[in-house]
Amino acid sequence: MKKIFGYPESLTPSPTHYCPGCTHGTIHRMVAESLDELGLRERTVGIAPVGCSVLAYNFFNCDMFEASHGRAPAVATGAKRCRPDMIVFTYQGDGDLASIGMAEIIHAANRGEKITVIFVNNAIYGMTGGQMAPTTMPGQVTTTCPFGRDPGHEGYPIRVVELLNTLKTSAFLARVAVHTPLSIIEAKKAIREAFRLQSEDVCFTMVEVLSVCPTNWGLTNTESNKWLEENMVPYYPLGVLKRPDGDETPTPETVASMEGA
Amino acid sequence: MAKVLMKGCEAIGEAAIRAGCRNFFGYPITPQTEVPEYLAKRFPEVGGVFVQAESEVAAINMLYGGAGMGKRVLTTSSSPGISLMAEGVSYIAACHLPVVLVNIVRAGPGLGGILPAQSDYLQATKGHGHGDYKLVVLAPSSVQEAVDLIYEAFDLADRYLTPVMVMGDGMIGQMMEPVELPAMRDLDDLPVKPWATTGAKGRKPNIINSLYLKEEECNANNWKLKEKYDEIERNEKRSETYACRGEKLDVLIVAYGTMARICKTAADEVKRVDKKKIGLFRPITLWPYPYEALAKEALKAKRVLVVEMSTGQMIEDVKLAVLGKRPIDFYGLTGGMVPSPDDVAAKLREILK
Repeated sequence: MKKIFGYPESLTPSPTHYCPGCTHGTIHRMVAESLDELGLRERTVGIAPVGCSVLAYNFFNCDMFEASHGRAPAVATGAKRCRPDMIVFTYQGDGDLASIGMAEIIHAANRGEKITVIFVNNAIYGMTGGQMAPTTMPGQVTTTCPFGRDPGHEGYPIRVVELLNTLKTSAFLARVAVHTPLSIIEAKKAIREAFRLQSEDVCFTMVEVLSVCPTNWGLTNTESNKWLEENMVPYYPLGVLKRPDGDETPTPETVASMEGA
Repeated sequence: MAKVLMKGCEAIGEAAIRAGCRNFFGYPITPQTEVPEYLAKRFPEVGGVFVQAESEVAAINMLYGGAGMGKRVLTTSSSPGISLMAEGVSYIAACHLPVVLVNIVRAGPGLGGILPAQSDYLQATKGHGHGDYKLVVLAPSSVQEAVDLIYEAFDLADRYLTPVMVMGDGMIGQMMEPVELPAMRDLDDLPVKPWATTGAKGRKPNIINSLYLKEEECNANNWKLKEKYDEIERNEKRSETYACRGEKLDVLIVAYGTMARICKTAADEVKRVDKKKIGLFRPITLWPYPYEALAKEALKAKRVLVVEMSTGQMIEDVKLAVLGKRPIDFYGLTGGMVPSPDDVAAKLREILK
């Protein structure tokens, strides 16, 4: 009988520590499937800095690096520049990438480091227990903005892929979500495309994944998916914002139109 | 091999190349910027990787990534930049990774000044980043010694899988001296690093990590580090004595780096004019500190004089070596002021009264 579905080789069989309803597991799987499908696992190193996914080295079945808070793009730069034949990815949360690590991500993108950044945006700090992130929505209640984020006091949420899109350097920049089966299918396409482009040494690649945090949002899984759809998607539009130079570059466009890319 | 005249910073860059380093990550800061400038120009000739990082914070993390790939990696900076690297060095030490960093020390604290100083001694030898770790710290007193110690630093880092710092003051970086450069290392002969994260092909994944949520595991890693540091202390202490022959000394000067060279001139002067026996002890490894060798020389002297370009940092280690058995005097200038031989001679005459 033909095997049509199985456990990705690029994931270890160990159970994850993630909370019920957390989408890290789904995103891990999409990364692992992409590495498997492209045959990259044996020459891949993943870098997971501080955040809920800091223990990702237990879950990915490839060489792994744990990094300090926000610095994964710098660690990835060192790794990739020293071994350009390797596939290097970072797996970062929104507090990590968009707050403490903003300098590292902007400069890695601007240098055009040929790495893949998986940027998980769930609008909150998860690991430390639900504090305000640079991506927290206006009005959203967290433990450090207990009356809701006030843009007059804390500013507006940072749209990272749009920010990186202002750079002239060639890149693949996409934003996807994982709150519905359809969005997961589209997310997988974008992640796979990012790794494909890296494996062909094309450009810097980043996929922002809108994600849920039911535990720290204080919502059920179903409510969380609905909250993401109603609050985050309008502010953080989904799609491919930038394609590498020389590629057709209609921006912004929907991920759906990536079919056959 | 014929000697060439080189500026300290450029000689440091060339010595790293000859030691088999082809990967440099750094950020400009006076007075060490000539190292990245030299390597930016020189690396293309030898197939090296040069990246100007966006900050010292990023630079040290690039080193972390490069060291994990099994490559010989170098960064150079000066005091404020080294402070920014402290977090990264802590991770590198915890992960047992070999890197070489150079601190061309300038005056502090704060922005301080760009002139030579020795005021990062305690930072380098006692503290720097967080947690139970040590840096091997080598202190050259000439451009030639800087070249030799850089060359050796990469071997020490690889042998003990630990960060090694070469700490020179601004004078080491800026002065020109004739140097004999060591032979070019064959890259194929460098140590094999089976722990490097170079792809899990035909083996289990390699993981580079300093996170231990189970307290027993964190404790175990700290004691594994300690065992390594004990071994380094047993094997790698280095020092030099000058004019210490014989059983008795009137004064033993203790100084390191370029300050020790200045003190030699002062010692010669006071010996010649005042007919006093003045010896000099110069630690070459600031960590591990050569306590025993220093104690042996100190006990031959009536008094000990510590001279530093700081308000007194290494003096703490001198006190630990001498253990109250001899009186210890101190002379120091800071802020980029360099004590002259006459200054030191005057201090010697004062304590000889």
